[in-house]
Amino acid sequence: MTVALESATAKPGGGRGRGPGPLQRLKHGYQKYWYAYAMIIPVVVVLGVLVGYPLVRGFYLTLTDADSLNSARTIGVNHIDATYKFIGLDNYKDILFGPTAYDRFWSHFLWTVVWTALCVFLHYTIGLGLALLLNRKVRGRTFYRLMLILPWAVPTFVTVFSWRIMLADSGVLNQVLGALHLPQPHWLEDVFWQRFAAVMVNTWCGVPFMMVSLLGGLQSIDASLYEAAEMDGANAWQRFQHVTLPGLRSVSSTVVLLGVIWTFNQFAIIFLLFGKTSAPDAQILVTWAYYLGFGQQPRDYAQSAAYGVLLLSILTVFTSFYFRWLKRNDQLAI
Amino acid sequence: MSTTTLDTAASPAASATAAGAPRRRVRRRGEGGPLARTVTHGLLVLASLIAAAPVAWLIYLSLGPDKTDYLHPGAIAEKMTFSNYTFVLQHTNFFKWLQSTMIVALGTALVGVAFAATTGYAVSRMRFPGYRSLMWMLLLTQAFPIAVLVVPMYEIFSELGLIDTYGALILVNCSTAVPYCAWLMKGYFDTIPVEIDEAGRVDGLSPFGTFLRLILPLARPGLAVAGFYSFITAFGEVAFASVFMLDDEKYTFAVGLQSFVSEHDAQWNYMAATAVLIAVPVAAFFYLVQKNLVTGLTAGGTKG
Repeated sequence: MTVALESATAKPGGGRGRGPGPLQRLKHGYQKYWYAYAMIIPVVVVLGVLVGYPLVRGFYLTLTDADSLNSARTIGVNHIDATYKFIGLDNYKDILFGPTAYDRFWSHFLWTVVWTALCVFLHYTIGLGLALLLNRKVRGRTFYRLMLILPWAVPTFVTVFSWRIMLADSGVLNQVLGALHLPQPHWLEDVFWQRFAAVMVNTWCGVPFMMVSLLGGLQSIDASLYEAAEMDGANAWQRFQHVTLPGLRSVSSTVVLLGVIWTFNQFAIIFLLFGKTSAPDAQILVTWAYYLGFGQQPRDYAQSAAYGVLLLSILTVFTSFYFRWLKRNDQLAI
Repeated sequence: MSTTTLDTAASPAASATAAGAPRRRVRRRGEGGPLARTVTHGLLVLASLIAAAPVAWLIYLSLGPDKTDYLHPGAIAEKMTFSNYTFVLQHTNFFKWLQSTMIVALGTALVGVAFAATTGYAVSRMRFPGYRSLMWMLLLTQAFPIAVLVVPMYEIFSELGLIDTYGALILVNCSTAVPYCAWLMKGYFDTIPVEIDEAGRVDGLSPFGTFLRLILPLARPGLAVAGFYSFITAFGEVAFASVFMLDDEKYTFAVGLQSFVSEHDAQWNYMAATAVLIAVPVAAFFYLVQKNLVTGLTAGGTKG
């Protein structure tokens, strides 16, 4: 994956040929490349119709006051036309600077940032720790590996319900805590514990992917590097620091980026853990936007779409900074 | 590959503890002392237990006949029964949900692979103006938050009268499955030697002929991985399925499972039984193909 990332970022704006007039160039290009273009047409069409068009449409919606009461809809045999009107950038103004901006947007924004940072950190460190353990020569390694990827093998929407039963007020987790005379928090009711539970469940779900990817990375490090380091008198920690970590760089930069994107966009866990309507303070931006658009009456399509556009902008800005940072540190795989 | 040789040199904590233990015999590389071994096993057992506990608990609860049994798990041991399973199979829409889920997931996988295969090949073998922007687009669509597409998609499909149809859900899933399949398949095509293409071209095949007759048959494992990944993603998709499917006979599993737990009534026992019925075949299938899946996903990253 990183290979392509590299080439995709290397020279922005490159690839546009220079030379003779545009018409001739077009003709020449057509003769030379038509195979390639014929082959990519299916995906380009799919992206245009299924991503591009809704994106434009969604952006237009954010400039209106559309909700479920004034959108086009069909009730029985009657078709009602859309009556929403253009209101410019008011939605964005309201979301970012309006009187309820903090309660509705910024508090969720901060929580989303904390959530993403915390989850990716835990995924990465626990995943790396387990990968290092699995990379040792221990008996039953295959068995452990199979056990540890169980959270990945079982669909998330199933395991989240399992957690929900375990975290219920008198659920097994609290029974165990009670038996040990430890406090029994209201996992699914207090804001702090809701957030704690969400991070915990997401960590549980996300570690296997990191572990498996990093294990692959560990196994591709040349063993002679370790031998050389040992010959030079490096102790275990130094070998880890100067051989393992640099050897994992290209895998790490990929999985951390994927992890950030996936966690930032993580919908199912929070949505299913707290049900459709409860826990407004534990919602991250994605689930909050979904709540605005589909979880309340009347459904506020315009604001929900505006949140979507803001989310996409945040991710785009983050990704471009991430690439720039990687490039400066020369961490992209070549 | 070289797992056996480097194995453990890389574990700092455990090796550090090993250094403290007395060395009785010369150890081979990657073998820890008894203390290190115990610590490693201890940590791995603990992690495995944490990984397995929620799933095991679900299986255990599914055997308790009452919906409040999760509050008194001890009592289940005495009255274990499969009654939840028979109820779910006979008196709920389980098989209807199974049908919907299979239609949507298989449809997504087929469309995803069929549409993405040629593109994966083109971006693996050819360079053309617009290559970089295409790669960017394929990557960027992976980062799309569902929130940015769900509202306009809902609007568009309501206008077309396609809400509550399988086709709509397949199309929605394809918006991420198709570019992702193209990515995965590019990675797989990259591993097939270019010499094969060249041989085909020398023998007079067109690029399409080369692709269809030579590369595609070789790339079957790659296609399978891409298809499987699309299948799993569509299978577990929650957000779109929850708003697009209205008729409870057309629910996919991800929506149907939620319907056991409403604000008014929570039938945890039936939910648990259904969850187990869903999870067991999926997990079994996952384990069968996981090796390929893992290499497919990380190929680009590890190859470097």
